[in-house]
Amino acid sequence: MTMHQLKIAEQTYHSRLLVGTGKYKDFAQTKAAIDASGAQIVTVAIRRTNIGQNAGEPSLLEVLPPSEYTYLPNTAGCYSADEAVRTLRLARELLDGHKLVKLEVLGDPHTLYPNVVETIDAAKTLIQDGFDVMVYTSDDPIIAKQLEDIGCCAIMPLASLIGSGMGILNPWNLQIIIDNAKVPVLVDAGVGTASDAAIAMELGCDGILMNTAIAGAKDPILMASAMKKAVEAGREAFLAGRMPKKHYSASPSSPTTGLIT
Amino acid sequence: MMVLYINGNQRQFEQVNMSVANLIQLLGLEGKRLAIERNGEIVPRGLFTETTLASEDKLEIVGAVGGG
Repeated sequence: MTMHQLKIAEQTYHSRLLVGTGKYKDFAQTKAAIDASGAQIVTVAIRRTNIGQNAGEPSLLEVLPPSEYTYLPNTAGCYSADEAVRTLRLARELLDGHKLVKLEVLGDPHTLYPNVVETIDAAKTLIQDGFDVMVYTSDDPIIAKQLEDIGCCAIMPLASLIGSGMGILNPWNLQIIIDNAKVPVLVDAGVGTASDAAIAMELGCDGILMNTAIAGAKDPILMASAMKKAVEAGREAFLAGRMPKKHYSASPSSPTTGLIT
Repeated sequence: MMVLYINGNQRQFEQVNMSVANLIQLLGLEGKRLAIERNGEIVPRGLFTETTLASEDKLEIVGAVGGG
C-alpha cells in the first residue's frame, strides 16, 4: 500500500495525520488521544524547565518515548527568525541530534498569522545548518513555492487561523499550492472537525497537522479516532478520483427501463 | 559565591568553580532530558562535566512540553 505512505525527508509514514501534544487535560489523555489518532509524528514545544518545582513529575518525553514516536519540535511563540533558529538548535541538542523540525515564525499575537519574511529567513539558516524543515506558512502560493525552492522538506499552509477551528477557508489557494509543489503539502492549523480533514485530503493534501481540533473536543479520544478515519477517507477519495460534478443535471442511478406500468 | 541567571531568574550559589553537571545536580534535574544554553551558546550534553561556570553567566535550561 505504498500509495498510502507519506514520505518526508526520506522517511516513510503510514499515517498522514500529524498531531500536537498541547492543551490536553493531562498526560494520560494526551497519550490516549495520540494513540487513537494513529499519528506517528507528534509536535512538541521547547520551553524553559521549571527549576525547583515539581522535580519528580513525569515529563512528556517519558509519556511519549522518542523511540516510539517521531518528534517534531516546533517554534511556537517565536516572532523572529533568530528566536526560531535558537529554539530549534536547542531542540536538536535536547533530542540527540534530531533533524526534523517544524518551523513557524508568527507575526501577530492576536491572529498568530505567520510572518513569511522571517520564516523564509529562518528556513534558509536552518537548512544550511542541516535541519529538515517542515514549514508553517500562509496559503500564499508564491511564498509556498519559495519555501520549497529554498529546500524545505514539507510545506504546511494554514487552512484558517491556529486554534480557530474555522475549517478550510480557501480551498482554491490550497489547490494551487498542492498542484505546484514537488514536496509534501500538509494543512497545518484551522481544522475544526472530521469533515474539514476529509475536505483537505480530498484536495490532494499529503497530510494534516492538528492539535486543538482534537484536544479541544468534548471527547478528545473519540475525536482523535474520527480524525484518523477522516484523513484516511479523504485520502482514498482523492486517489479514487471523484465523479465529475454535473450542475443542474440529474442522472438516475437505477435502470430507466423495465419499470412496471 | 557566584551569581547565575537561570531561565531569567537571578540565583546565588555558595559554590565556586561549579561545572554544568554540578549545577544540574544542585537543581535536582539529574537524569532529566534537557538542553542548556550558556551565554547564547549551546553546551553539548557530553561537555557538562568539563564546562565550568563563571559568575554572571546567563543560562537557559529547556525541555520538551506539550505543544502544537
